[in-house]
Amino acid sequence: MIVQAILFYIFAAVAIASGVLVVSARNPVHSVLFLILAFFSSAALFILIGAEFLAMILVIVYVGAVAVLFLFVVMMLDIDFVQLRSGFMRYLPVGALIGLLLMAELIFVVVSWVVAPAALKGLAARPLGGGVVNTRALGDVLYTRYFFAFEAAGLILLVAMIGAIVLTLRQRAGVRRQKIAAQLARARRETVEIVKVPLGQGGE
Amino acid sequence: MQIGLAHYLTVAAILFTLGIFGIFLNRKNVIIILMSIELMLLAVNINFVAFSAFLNDLTGQAFAMFVLTVAAAEAAIGLAILVVYFRNRGTIRVEDINMMKG
Repeated sequence: MIVQAILFYIFAAVAIASGVLVVSARNPVHSVLFLILAFFSSAALFILIGAEFLAMILVIVYVGAVAVLFLFVVMMLDIDFVQLRSGFMRYLPVGALIGLLLMAELIFVVVSWVVAPAALKGLAARPLGGGVVNTRALGDVLYTRYFFAFEAAGLILLVAMIGAIVLTLRQRAGVRRQKIAAQLARARRETVEIVKVPLGQGGE
Repeated sequence: MQIGLAHYLTVAAILFTLGIFGIFLNRKNVIIILMSIELMLLAVNINFVAFSAFLNDLTGQAFAMFVLTVAAAEAAIGLAILVVYFRNRGTIRVEDINMMKG
């Protein structure tokens, strides 16, 4: 139990520190890398709490896809980031004030709030554990009770994929592309011409 | 000492606040704003999973997966819009995004 507590504090501290660095790093590439670190430590927190499958999904989806997408965009666009940072100090006081207020409210709510024990009875639709691993239990819930939500999630991903492709696809004028269908559709008589050259006169 | 629900919720609250703070601080840089939104969604996911584990109900973890799906879709679409915008205008300053203003 004491090991778990120590690990929780380490990973929580790393997650929060990298969160601070995400919003305050000078270089956006460093911001993305700290975002990856925050996701990794949150995945570790998920493992500590017993949600192994979600931790793996977090690493795969966020670190493997979303963060790499961010890295691509940050490195691909030629942006003057120094100019974008101007006004950082001007927004700092009001941002800090609102942030501190919100954080104080949230933490007050969290520490002063308890679940009534009576309310917990009969709440759990599908209890955890019971000799079943987390992945199996999650699949049991996901493919039965929340099947329509699951299908909707797949549909959202499909729409997002098509939307991203449609948005970024561009047809540039003046680019000569290979037309493979046109090449394959050519017949011999359109391309090869046999000329009978009269003797002694030569070709043209 | 015992790590309880309040510990996880506090971590999530701090991360969420950091996301809002990042939006305030980097008002000109759309990429950092998108990253702050991802941070806020991560905080929401931590809340979902913590409640799921401590209330002994798997629904929270199922919905954390849906939040993850929506976050991935949002990041992909947002970055695609950003790339198209940069191609057309040559900048991503938030103040310059006012073509649709009446």
